[in-house]
Amino acid sequence: MDFTFSDEQEALRASVRGFLRDRYPIERVAGIADGDGFDRSEWRWVADQGWIGISVPEQDGGAGLSFLDEIVVVEEMGRALYPGPYLSGVILGIAAACAGSHPRLRALVSGERIATVAWAGPDGRFDVDPAPKVEYDEPNDLLTATKMFVPDLASADLLFVLGSSSDGTWLWWTDRDDPGLSWRELPTVDATRRMGEVVFDHTPAWQLAGGPRPALRDRALAALAVEAVGVGSAALDLALGHARQREQFGKAIGSFQAVSHPLAQSFMELETARSLAYWAAWAVDQVAPEAPAAAAAAKARASEAAVSACERAIQAHGGIGFTWEHPLHRFYKRALGISAFMGWPAELRARVASELLDRP
Amino acid sequence: MDFRDTLEEASFREHVRGWLHENVPEGWGMPRDQDPPTFEERVAFHKAWSLKLFEAGFVGMTWPSRYGGQEAPPTRQAIVLEEMGRVEAPDHVGPIGIGMAGPTILAHGTDEQKDRFLRKILTGEEVWCQGFSEPNAGSDLATLQTKAVRDGDRFVVSGQKVWSSFAHIADRCILLARTDWTGRKHEGLTYFLLDMHAPGVQVRPLRQITGEAEFNEIFLESVAIPADRVLGEVGQGWSVAITTLMNERANVGFALMARLESNYRRLTELAKATARNGSRAADDPMVRDRLADLWADLQAFRFTIYRAFSAMLKTGMPGPEGSVAKLFWSETNQRLTKAALEIEGASALLAEGSDRAVAGGRWQTAQLRSRGNTIEAGTSEILRNIIAERVLGLPKSR
Repeated sequence: MDFTFSDEQEALRASVRGFLRDRYPIERVAGIADGDGFDRSEWRWVADQGWIGISVPEQDGGAGLSFLDEIVVVEEMGRALYPGPYLSGVILGIAAACAGSHPRLRALVSGERIATVAWAGPDGRFDVDPAPKVEYDEPNDLLTATKMFVPDLASADLLFVLGSSSDGTWLWWTDRDDPGLSWRELPTVDATRRMGEVVFDHTPAWQLAGGPRPALRDRALAALAVEAVGVGSAALDLALGHARQREQFGKAIGSFQAVSHPLAQSFMELETARSLAYWAAWAVDQVAPEAPAAAAAAKARASEAAVSACERAIQAHGGIGFTWEHPLHRFYKRALGISAFMGWPAELRARVASELLDRP
Repeated sequence: MDFRDTLEEASFREHVRGWLHENVPEGWGMPRDQDPPTFEERVAFHKAWSLKLFEAGFVGMTWPSRYGGQEAPPTRQAIVLEEMGRVEAPDHVGPIGIGMAGPTILAHGTDEQKDRFLRKILTGEEVWCQGFSEPNAGSDLATLQTKAVRDGDRFVVSGQKVWSSFAHIADRCILLARTDWTGRKHEGLTYFLLDMHAPGVQVRPLRQITGEAEFNEIFLESVAIPADRVLGEVGQGWSVAITTLMNERANVGFALMARLESNYRRLTELAKATARNGSRAADDPMVRDRLADLWADLQAFRFTIYRAFSAMLKTGMPGPEGSVAKLFWSETNQRLTKAALEIEGASALLAEGSDRAVAGGRWQTAQLRSRGNTIEAGTSEILRNIIAERVLGLPKSR
């Protein structure tokens, strides 16, 4: 048994943290969020660091490491609110490309191209088996569907589409700029991770290896859990900084238990959620039988911990925490965004319960 | 990061499982732990069981071999505690000795004290209790008033202690008393190793919310303690006591986790066995939500214990992570037992012992008992202070 990250993973963490501190200080992230969004030419910076192909086999141009190395990057990106397409392009996109042995995998790893995954239908559910319904004209390779909540659509040039047609659950791919489809970005509460809508209308699309994709779902849930822990920890740090330094009644407000105890509660919730999230990531990496329940429970718990940590941080800041100018609302919106994406906590717990109670 | 046993750990775990399968006494485990009926028989039973555990090499495994340990890696001890919890084996009779007195004597004791006390803790021959809290010194422990006055080569001690588990069967007591009244409250405390059979020691059981009496009051009236039974230096009792309290929170984790796990298993069985609206309670969406949430609690607690444990292996000292784990566990156990009552429905009205009670009424007792979890071994408020000040670096509240 060993419950710590390796020295190499700790070194990776330090280098991601340093990179994000230099290139994406929170003022810059705020500027990107309030402006046109992420500039996809900056994706090359992440590619140059070798963080796109971490879990891709070496013969495909990757580093041949594991999902556990990827989540080290994810946690730090959560902490810094990195506004680029790591969740969509790597956690979902690269994983889908690897699973389907996609011909453009190398171009994705090098950062030349960026993929995202179009999964939920108009009802917003990210089901796996069966996946949301689509129509597929097989003889002519034409896909018809409406897909919602496609992350980082504006940065992507390759779309993986998950859906169920009359002959089962499949993964297709197409170019985002194919004239046979229309897409648009939707105004999102969390402007650091924007979501889009894609309408396929007899769009040429290529089918990849089939079957339901619980592994893709669990991978995304575990990564979202780890990311949420990063987001919540950053919000707690802001609150702690404020509580140490802000004085009222002649003392630092952090000396009042009415202020300090809720922050201690956030710490407890985040640390226990972190344990769960790391375990879920390990289970996903190992394709362990408990992975589906672990990933769902971890995402539920970590998103709740992150939302609460942000809410307590806003409260601890008083009025300034409620302003647009202060960065806290950006963390809060990301935490809410993580909660809403791929299942609110209660939906996820329903899945956990099925795993625990309905198996013989 | 690897959450699995190594080959060596796995084979040791097999060994422990095999031993427990052979040796756990008849009647233990589901549905109800079969403690012998009378008090004397219970003590004798647990002492005999403790000796058996010791002889199997399952107690104090990390301790030096000179004192009955094996200098084994802490993972070994963790595996034993986990496996014991899983089969709901009876407990060792001396948890205070193993978890608190022993580690403190190891850290601060003289060679004579170590030779005299440590082995008998592990064999179960001598049971220890803790004499820290007083009626007027609970969370603010350092204000304690029990008085120890030097008289030649001994101290004469008078005062009152409270909330002492095991005092009614204890042979020894880790006792904190005031030897100096002139300085600040944390100074002037001295840590004693008291003989509970000495003249002037009186124990009175305290009946608690469940009707049972786990805790006691200890009355000390001019009790003589030889000067060589001071642990650490005279006047340094506070820092010695911190060693005890850190170990208290660090060592119980694995045992608590195993017990929480078996309680959770019983809870899901209860939900599956209970009829509600023509189907199982386990089919009720509200019940399912709670069971899933408690499962997340259980796993989160498990891996937090493991992470704290790994951190302790690196630094050699239990860290403040123990405070997070204890805080989290106590609230989880309260939620879990409360959920059981709600699943029982009106049967939760029935007291333990009623022939109509579900599971013998054990959940009702367990739920009442759980209210003590957020009070004993550091109230949740004190633990939040520790986290705020020592982990998060917030300014002191007092």
